[in-house]
Amino acid sequence: MRRRLQPVVLGLLGILGFLALWQLAATVGWVNGKYVPPPTEVFAALGRMTLDLNYWRTIGNTLITWAIGLSIAGVLALALGTVIGLVPVLRRYTRSTVEFLRPIPSVAIIPLAILMLGLDRDASLVIVVYATFWQIFIQTLYGVADVDPVARDTQRSFGIPATSRFVHLVLPTALPYIMTGIRLGATVALILTVTGELIIGTNGIGRLLTQRATAADYAGVYSLVVTAGLLALVINLLVRIIERRILAWHQSVRAEVVL
Amino acid sequence: MSAPTVTRRMMPSAASRLLPRWLDNLLEAIGLPLVLLGLWALSALLSPNRYFPAPWRIAEAFVKTWVGPSFFVDIVPSLGRLLIGLAFAILLGIALGVLVGSLRWLRQLLEPLFEFFRAVPPPLLVPLLAITFGIGDTAKIVVIVAGAVWPILLNTVEGVRAVDAVQRETATSYQLSTAQQVRFLVLPSAAPQIMAGIRQSLSIALILMVISEMTNSSSGLGYRITFFQQNFMIPEMWSGIILLGLIGITLAVLFQIAERFVLGWYHGLKETERA
Amino acid sequence: MPDKTSSSTALLRVEGLRKSYGDFVTLQNISFTAKQGELICVVGPSGAGKTTLLKCIAGLLAPSGGIVELDGERVTAPPKKMAVVFQEYGRSLMPWMTVRRNVELPLLRTTPKAERRELVNKVLDAVGLSAAGDKYPWQLSGGMQQRVAIARAVAYSPEVLIMDEPFAAVDAQTRADLEDLVRYIWQQFGVTVIFVTHDIDESVYLGQRVIVLSMPPTVVQEDLEIDLPAERDQLTTRALPRFTELRTHVYGQIQKAKRDSERSPEEDAPAA
Repeated sequence: MRRRLQPVVLGLLGILGFLALWQLAATVGWVNGKYVPPPTEVFAALGRMTLDLNYWRTIGNTLITWAIGLSIAGVLALALGTVIGLVPVLRRYTRSTVEFLRPIPSVAIIPLAILMLGLDRDASLVIVVYATFWQIFIQTLYGVADVDPVARDTQRSFGIPATSRFVHLVLPTALPYIMTGIRLGATVALILTVTGELIIGTNGIGRLLTQRATAADYAGVYSLVVTAGLLALVINLLVRIIERRILAWHQSVRAEVVL
Repeated sequence: MSAPTVTRRMMPSAASRLLPRWLDNLLEAIGLPLVLLGLWALSALLSPNRYFPAPWRIAEAFVKTWVGPSFFVDIVPSLGRLLIGLAFAILLGIALGVLVGSLRWLRQLLEPLFEFFRAVPPPLLVPLLAITFGIGDTAKIVVIVAGAVWPILLNTVEGVRAVDAVQRETATSYQLSTAQQVRFLVLPSAAPQIMAGIRQSLSIALILMVISEMTNSSSGLGYRITFFQQNFMIPEMWSGIILLGLIGITLAVLFQIAERFVLGWYHGLKETERA
Repeated sequence: MPDKTSSSTALLRVEGLRKSYGDFVTLQNISFTAKQGELICVVGPSGAGKTTLLKCIAGLLAPSGGIVELDGERVTAPPKKMAVVFQEYGRSLMPWMTVRRNVELPLLRTTPKAERRELVNKVLDAVGLSAAGDKYPWQLSGGMQQRVAIARAVAYSPEVLIMDEPFAAVDAQTRADLEDLVRYIWQQFGVTVIFVTHDIDESVYLGQRVIVLSMPPTVVQEDLEIDLPAERDQLTTRALPRFTELRTHVYGQIQKAKRDSERSPEEDAPAA
C-alpha cells in the first residue's frame, strides 16, 4: 500500500513545495512581487474569477472554438486520410506535397486569415483546423497503410467485399492510430485556439489574458494561465479515457473477427 | 475449389512500368505540386483574387523583400533567437532530464509539477513572461526556452527511466564510473526518446518565435508579416508566409539528418527485430 | 592476466550465504570455495535460486546473511576482479556501439589506447570473431553475440569469471561450440570460472567440480569432483562410461532435490 501511495504523496509534495518556494520568493523579494504575484494572490484572483460569469463564458468560448476546429479538422482528416491511405497511387503522389505543407507553422497563416475573415472566430478556426488537420491526417495515413497486405489479399481472394473488408480489417488496424491522432489533435487544437485568441483577438482565454495584462492585473494573468493549464489537463484526461474505452471495445470486437 | 491466388497483385512486374524508374520518382515528387501551382496561376489569370496573387508576383515580392537589408534586420535575428532558444532548451532539457530520470524520488517529486507546466499552452507564455522580462531579445529567447524545454525534459526522463536493467548491471559490474555510465549507457539508450522530444519542441519553438514577434515587437519575421497584412501588401505577406514555411521545412530536414546520424544504430536494430 | 603459478589457495570463498525475501527463504545456507584457476559448475533444478546466488557472489545483490570473500576481501559491491556474462546477451551488449567498442568499454579508464587495441584484437581472435570487430551486435547471431560478451569479460582480465546460464538461449550446435570456447578461454587465460547452468550434461562436460543445489530453502546438496581427463572434447568425452556415470549421478541428485522439496517443504534438504 505504501509503495502505491509514495508517488502520489511525493507528487503532491512537489507541487506544494514549488508553491511554497514561489510564495517565499515573491514575498521576500527574490523576484519582484509586483510582476510575479505570490500564489496566494493568484489563487485569490482565481477564486474571484470563478464567481464571475464572464470567466465561465470565456472558457466556454475557448471550448467552442476548440471543439468546432477539432471536429472540422477531424472529419476532413479522417476522410482524406482514409481515401489517400487506401490508394497507393494517391499516397505516392501526395507525399511530397504533404511533407512540404506539414512543417509550415500554422501561425504563418494568421495574417492571411485576418485579411480574409476579419478578427473573429472564423479567422481563428482557419489556423486551428489547419494545424489539427495534419495531426489527425498523418496518423490516419499511417493507420490505414499499416494494414497487413497478406490479410487484405487473403480476404480479397476469398471474395469478401470491399465495404466489409473496410469495416473488419482496415478500421480495426487503423483505429489505434486514429485515436492517437485525435489525442494529439486535441492538444494542438487548444494551442492554436489560444493563439488565435491572443493574436487575432477571438473571444476566449487568450483574449481575456491580454486584457488583464493591459490592465496590469498580473494576478489575473497568472490565474488565467493556471486555468488554461488545468483546461488542457482535463481535455487530455477526457480524451485518454475515451481512447481507452474505444480501444478496449475495439480489441474485444476485433478478437472475434480474426481472419 | 482451387487454392486462392494471393500473391499475384503484390509485386508489380517489370512490364507494368510505363516509365523508367527515375522518371517515375520525379513525377511523384513534383507532379501534384506542379498541378496545384498551375491551377493557382490559371485562376490568377482568369479571375484575379486580391487575397491570392499570381505566383510570379509572390516570387517577385519574395526576392524584393527578403534579399536585401531585411535579411539582416529581420531574418537573421529571428533565426538567431530561435536557434539560441532551442540550444538552451535542448541542453537544459537533457541535463535536467538525466538528473531527474536517474533518481526515483526526484522524478516522483517533480513529474506532476512538470506535467502541469507542459500542459499550459505555450503561446500563453508570451504575454506571461513579457510582464517580467519585457519585450527585448532576452524575453523572446526566454519564452522559446520556457515553452520548448518541456517535451525534451519529460521525454528524457522517460528515456532515462527505461534504461535496460541488464545493461545497468553490466555497466556497474564492469566498474564504469557515473560519468561513463551517463555518456556510454544512459544517453545513447535514451536517445530515441530524446530525439522524439526534440522534434516536438522544434514546432513549439517556431510557433513561439513567430508569436513573440507578432505582439510587442518592431522587428523580426512575425512582425514583418503582420506589418504587410496591416498595410495590405499582399504579395509581400505571402512571401513571408512562404519564408516561414521554408524555415519550418528546413528545420524538419535538418532534424531528419541529425536523427539519422544519432539513431543510425536504432534504425538498424529495429530493422533486424522486424525481420 | 592472473598469474597461473600463484599458490592454489582459496580465491573465492562463499560461507553460509543466505538470501530471503520477507518470509520466503531462497538461499538457506550456501558454502563452497573456489581455488585459483578452477572451473566450477553450479547446477540445480529450476527455481533453486541459481541466479540469486550468482548475483550475490557478483555483488549485484546484497545477501541476507553469510559472507562472500574474494581474495580475502568481503564482497559488498561488484568487485573489481570479477566479470559477469549474463544469459541475456542481447540485453547486456550495447546496441549503439560496435563489437570492438563494446569489448573495449570496460577498459577505457584502465588501459592506454595502444594496449587496448591489441588486447581487444587478441580476445576477439580467441573467441573467433576477429572479422566482426566493426559490426554492431544486432548484426550478429545469438551465438556470436554471446561470444562478444565472453570476449568482453576476458579482455577485462578478471580473476573470477562468472557465467549465468550463458548458453541457455542458444541452439544446441552453437552451444557445443561455445562450451569448448569456455574451456579454451579458461585454459588460455587462467581465469577461475563459476559456471551456472541447468544443463546437467554441460555441467559435467565443463567442470572440474559440480556443485548441485537443492530447492529452496536452498543448500549445497552435493559438491562433486569430476574426475574426467583434463583434455576433453564433445565426441570422445561424452562417450566415456565415466561421463555417463557422473551425469546419471548428478541427475539423480537433482531429482532427489525436487522430490525432497515436494515431500516436505519445511525440512532442510540434506547437506552435501
